[in-house]
Parts: sequence; structure tokens; C-alpha cells
Amino acid sequence: MITLNINGKTHRVDVEPDMPLLWVLRDELDLKGTKYGCGIALCGSCTVHVDGQAVRSCATAVASVEGKRITTIEALAQGPALHPVQQAWLDAEVPQCGYCHPGIIMAVADLLAKHPNPSDTQIGEALTNICRCSTYARIRPAVRAAAQVMRDGQKG
Amino acid sequence: MPTKSNGTLSNRRTTAARREAPTAPARRDFLKTIAAAGGALCLELALPPLAHAQGGGAEVTVWLLVYPDNTVLMRVARSEMGQGSMTGLPMLIAEELECDWNAVRVEYVPVAEHIRRDRAWGSMSTGGSMSIRGSHSYLRSAGAAAREMLIAAAAQQWNVDPASCRAANSVITHIASNRQLTYGQVAEAASRLTLPKDLKLKEPKDWTLIGKPVKRLDLRDKVLGKPVFAIDVQLPGMLHASLAQCPVFGGKLKSVGNREAVLKRRGVRNIVELPDAVAVVADNWWRADQALQQLRPEWDGGGNGKATSDSIRAFLMAGIAEVHVPVARNDGDALTVIARATRRVEAEYYTPLLNHATMEPQTCTAVVKGERVEVWAATQNGEATAAAAAATAGVPLANVEVHKMQLGGGFGRRGFQDAPRYAVLVARQMPGTPVKTTWSRAEDMQHCYFRPVSVARMSAGLDDKGRMVGWRTRIAAPSITAGLAPDRVKNGLDLQACSCFADSPYAVPNMRVEYAMRNTHVPVGYWRSVYHSQNPYFRECFLDEVAAAAGKDPYALRRELLAGEKEARNLRVLDAAAKAADWTAKAPAGVFRGIAVADGYGSYAASVVELSIEKDMLISLKRVIVAVDPGHVVNPDSARAQIEGNVIFALTAALYGEITIKDGRVEQNNFDDYRMMLLRECPKIESVLAPSGGFWGGMGEPPLMPVTPALVNAIAAATGKRIRSLPLARHGFKLAAAA
Repeated sequence: MITLNINGKTHRVDVEPDMPLLWVLRDELDLKGTKYGCGIALCGSCTVHVDGQAVRSCATAVASVEGKRITTIEALAQGPALHPVQQAWLDAEVPQCGYCHPGIIMAVADLLAKHPNPSDTQIGEALTNICRCSTYARIRPAVRAAAQVMRDGQKG
Repeated sequence: MPTKSNGTLSNRRTTAARREAPTAPARRDFLKTIAAAGGALCLELALPPLAHAQGGGAEVTVWLLVYPDNTVLMRVARSEMGQGSMTGLPMLIAEELECDWNAVRVEYVPVAEHIRRDRAWGSMSTGGSMSIRGSHSYLRSAGAAAREMLIAAAAQQWNVDPASCRAANSVITHIASNRQLTYGQVAEAASRLTLPKDLKLKEPKDWTLIGKPVKRLDLRDKVLGKPVFAIDVQLPGMLHASLAQCPVFGGKLKSVGNREAVLKRRGVRNIVELPDAVAVVADNWWRADQALQQLRPEWDGGGNGKATSDSIRAFLMAGIAEVHVPVARNDGDALTVIARATRRVEAEYYTPLLNHATMEPQTCTAVVKGERVEVWAATQNGEATAAAAAATAGVPLANVEVHKMQLGGGFGRRGFQDAPRYAVLVARQMPGTPVKTTWSRAEDMQHCYFRPVSVARMSAGLDDKGRMVGWRTRIAAPSITAGLAPDRVKNGLDLQACSCFADSPYAVPNMRVEYAMRNTHVPVGYWRSVYHSQNPYFRECFLDEVAAAAGKDPYALRRELLAGEKEARNLRVLDAAAKAADWTAKAPAGVFRGIAVADGYGSYAASVVELSIEKDMLISLKRVIVAVDPGHVVNPDSARAQIEGNVIFALTAALYGEITIKDGRVEQNNFDDYRMMLLRECPKIESVLAPSGGFWGGMGEPPLMPVTPALVNAIAAATGKRIRSLPLARHGFKLAAAA
């Protein structure tokens, strides 16, 4: 049995230690917001936070995150209010089909936690997620809008 | 079941299984069948009840239900795949209904109900940029009919003339007495009235919703990770399958080795052998996929096992060389005029196979229980999915229930029903158990209805004044139609494959378009903008070669050739793009421009790309302008999003996109060898909405058409090199991070 701390709850799962976290989330725990896209950590659709760091769960063995704090898209928003990144995504109407966006939103939340005012280069380097609807044009401004809200929130 | 391919490139594979066209189901005696089936089709799995059965809503026309609390539930028959149709289509109804938009909810038309009610909701097909342009008329009419019925019901209650009443914001007012009733209060009575005739739709100048920015209804859930995509379906007792099809298209499964060891693996429940595929069923998809990789299937490639990209290209070139091929258009006498021309320009262009590579790989859940089949699918055509499921399971259409789930990208891929078909085939081996069959990314990359490979050979003749007097084009390419509905290709001529040429708007007096159909063993299908994904590249880049030969500015040459009245819309949108680019002003030093225009799917689109080429063939995109005239724009922000997405979709294909064939099979496996553009490469995109009114064109594909030729023309302007084959990466070009 492997003990996992996911979205503030403890789960005990009886799975192979090398099962990727993605498939534990999706097929064992029914947390389907985290998506399968490539299986080799290329596209970022499966991005979750492990101890506050963006991690591609399709290439993360579940045993390696035992005892760590795992957050998925389902728990990014605290309570009824959206996370500032989600709100910025909604305001700018970023998603099209929306499949890859849970992963992108998780990656952006991690970026902004580390870099409250990221440069274009930092945004480009952090967000290597693939979006086939090609919503990229709206992502950069939405990241900036979310960053602004988060900075203002910290000042206040 | 598939039959063995005869194995030659020149003959279309006879694999019936690859031929599921998005067909409409045949009419049936539904009442009889439903009675036989005991009335209910739902297998009592974890499904929400149909919304029309909730809370006492009254159906006022088939398109909407009005509830006592004055909310309106609108039904959508086409699929939402990110293009915004789940918002844009209801807007069309609401415009005429005069309802409170904030009290509108939406749902899909249940596919089985659509079939039971004799296709009451029209087409469910979501392709060809058809959603708005194919349904605006009946949706607006439905909104108007419902409004009149609601007014009539209120007027009856007041015993007044309906003409003395007005409706606005979901409230009916009797003008003289100022009495009011809400839609919710009269909906029940309205639902019993007959549909009015002679409806007059609003003039565009009176629209209050169409053309105004409306927030999409599906996005809040999407930022929360809540929507249930097909891959997210979860049912009690459900199992997961991973699928391996014969790597060589048209081949067969001969045998499966290592079965016993695989069956002993943890979680594995079954190994399903199919004529052309094998699947492992397990209690978790990762376990199923890991186990699948331990199987040792042996395949019979059926004679196509030696095909390569080169052999396919050579096969296309044989079509270019052939003496007589079908002629799609023949104005004047192009051959003679070009032969006698003062100056001739000749060129040959090539584009490769492409995969749609939707972010959500192909996936479908099915349960087969006795004579009933239920599927949960990501589909661009719910009816076609139902038909495929029925045919695959060998049950009457009325015994099939299809649940349309969210689609993780479509782009044409999910109009094809191979994922539902395999899901039913696998589930049929596990009677009563729901099985979700999900393809790995590699499986998805290697099995697709690919964008056809194409060669175009063009020649043009210029007279002594530099005027283009003759233009001959020969296209050699597979026919998508021939694979789906062979009967529809008459005398070897597929006009769709000749699009952009057969219907070219340019006024060239002698114009000849020829088509050499070259069907290979690789299945081909509709990829965003279909043949408009390559033919505008051929046409518009060749036109720039002609402009250079004639010593003319590319924009000026196009203006000259679009001077006629019929071509006014092409000219207008071309001008819009050129104006946004300030084309007539000199570009900054080191910056070069390319321009292109095309029409298709009822819309007109033009692009200007500005770039510079840095050392080591590094392309630095300064901006990409796309102007589109779709006649009417319904939701401007969604239309802009379609431009933005199409620009990157086109640039990705132009820069990197190439599916190659070796040993009869696809060489690519994932996003490392089938590259996608990334955020850091995304250029500045300037979308110009230029609706001229009076018609309804598409937005999902048209913005893509002019982007690649504008890009390649800009590269020619910068380097002097005419790039006549894609992708650009093959020529050594790279894309710089966006400025």
C-alpha cells in the first residue's frame, strides 16, 4: 500500500510502485481533471503540483511521491472563488476544447508562485505545454493578468 | 469485417472497416422497435436523466424548453470541440426568441432521441465549418416560432390579438394594458400550439445578440477541470483497454504470442483478438497498456509492408507524368496559350501526410448487453457514431444509445468512427461490462485518417505585356471521397481535391485544372480545412512566382486578377489584410512580407506574414495578419479565437508537420518526432474580422487557408528561395522564439 496526500486528503492505494501518478489519479482515485496526452512528459496535460512544484504526472512513479503534498486541478481553487490563474483564463476566454488547460493552469500557478512578475523568456521556458487548439496567443496576456492580481493581492 | 488488401498502391484498399463514412442512419420503424426493446434504451448505468424530463420544462419547438422559473434550456445538435458552437448556436435561437440570455442553459440533443424522433434536429455533423452556416436558418426560425407561440399563448390568456403584444427579455407585454406574463408562465400552453408559418426573421440591423461579444458558456467548467471528456468517462464496473492495430494499414493479425504470461499480469482481464488488431483489457489503463506491450502480435502486412514515403511520392509523380487524366476545369485553351506564351513559369509543389494529433487521443467507452449497445464518445457526428456502433455490433440502430462527451480536439479526426468501432468490438467480447478503449499516443499517431499527401504541377503563360494568359494545374493526390463513398467519385474526378483551382477566382482567360487520383494504402481523411490546407499553398505561392516573373508586386497582381464583380469578396478581404499590414508602405529594413488570399467553406480569408530571416535559417516572425470575411460574425471573440488557433495550426504544419511512411507504417510515435509549436514560438497574431454581411460563412477552417502561402511567400521575399515542399524544417529552417 502506498499512502498519498492528495488535495489535503490521505489516500491509501494498492498499486505497483512504478505506476505513474497520472493513472493512480485517474483510474484508481477518479480524479479525472488531470489529463493523459503523451505519456512521456512532453505535452504537460498531466501537470500537477508535488510539494508546490509543477510535475508531469505521466512520468512520475507513484512511489516517488509517497508522503508528499500533491495538488491537482480539482483543488487549485480554495473554496468557491477561482484561483487568479483560473479567473484570468476565464476573463480572457483562453480555452477552446479545454483538454490541455488543467495542465497549463497548474504550470502557470507554479510559475507565478516562483516568479510573481515573470519575463517573456521565463513564461516561454516554463510553459512548454502543448495546446493543439493553439490558444497560445491568449496565454501570455492571461499569465500577466493573473500575475498582476496575485501581486496586488499580496500587497493588500 | 476487414477483408484482405490486394496490396498494390494503385488500388484502393478494400478494407470495409476503414470506410465508415459519416452517414445518416436509415429511417426505421421506431415505434415498433422501441416497443420490442421495452421502451427504455438506457442500461441504467451512471447517467444523468435527460434534461427535458427535469423540472417540468415545456418544449416550445424541439430546440428549446422553457421552465416555470423562466429559464430556457436550448439544445445543440452539433458538437462543441472548442470552436464555441455550444454558445454561438444558442445565440442564433435567442436572437429571435427575445429571451433573457442570462437565463439560458444548453445541452446536447440526445442522439437516440434524435433518431427516435426522425432526425428532428437536422444534421449533427460538425465538419466543414458547418455549425453556424449550416444551421443559422432553422435555428433563427425556431427562435422566432417559439417567440410567436409564447406570445400567442399569452394573448389567448388575455383574450387579445397577439399583434397587440410584444416580447422582450423573456417577458410578454400587452401594450395597451401593460399586462405582463413571463415565458415561464405561458410555456406549457405555448407548447400545445401549432408551429406558426410565414415567420419573418429580423433584419441584421436589428440584431441585439448576433455580432455582439458573448461569454462562452462552457469555459468556467473548463478552467476547473470539470468537463467530462470521453477519456474521463467512469462507469460502475468499467474496465480499460489499450489497443494495437496492425501497424501496416490494411494488414491482419496473424497470431498473438506471450498470451499466457500477459493474462497472468496484475489487473489483466482479457486479451481481445480482432481481425486487424489486438487489445488488452485490464482494471486500469496503464496496466492494460503495459501488458499490451508485452504481447507479441504477428501481423500480415498484406503486401503493403514495403511502402515508403518515397514510393508514395513516386506513385504521385506517375500521376503527374500521365498523359491523360480527368479535367476539372477547362476555360479556353490553356495548353496552346502556354505553349505559345512569351514567357512561361513552371513549378512543382509537394505537401506531406499530416496527423490531426488531437490532445485527447482516440478513446471511446462501450457496453454491449444482449441486443443493446451504449457508447460514450468524443464525436464530431453523434448520428454517425450511432450508425457505426449499430453496424459493428450487428444490432438495429434503435438499440444504440450514444452519449456525446466533451471532445479533446477534433479538427476533422472525430468525424471518423474508428475509435467507437474498436470500442464496440472490444466491449462485445466482455458482454455486459463497460470497457473504455483508449489509444496510446503512439497508437493515435500511427493510426489516423491522415491529411492527404499531394503533388501539384503548375505552369503559366505570360504575354508580351506580362499578363497572365494561361494557367495549367495538375494535382496528384489521394481522394478522401473515394475512400468514404467511392460511388461519389465519377470518372476519376474528385472536385474537392481540386478545390482552390477548379473554383479559383482569378481572371485568367485560359485555365485548365487536371486531377490524377492516386489512392494509396494510407487512409486519408478530413484534416482542418481539408484540401484547403495545401491547395492554397500551391496556388498562392505559384502566383508569387508568376508575379516575380512578370516583375509585379504580389498584391498588385492579385488585385489585377480579382478585378471582376464575382471576385469582389476575395478582393475586399485581400485589401483588408493588406491595409492592416500597410502593404503599400515600405517594410522596415530586414523585414519581409508575404501575402495570400483564398476562399472556402463559405468564407474569404487573406493573410500577410511579416518576418526576417536571421543567420542559420532562423525565421523570426514579426506578425501574422489574418483577415476573414464570413459574411456575418455571430460571436466575435470566438471568431477571433478561431483565427488565432488556425494561425498556429497552419504554422505548425508548415514548419514541422510531416508523417512519414517506412515499411508500410507510420514512423512517428509522439510529440518528439511529430512536433507542435509551443507558446514561446507563438508570433503576434492580428485578427481582422471583416464581415461584409449578406451571407453566412464558416470560421473553423477558413482562417487557416492563406497562412502557409503568406509565410512561404515572405520567406521567398527574404531569401529569394522558393520553397516548394513542406515542412520548412526539411529545408533547414527553424523558428525563433517570439519577440
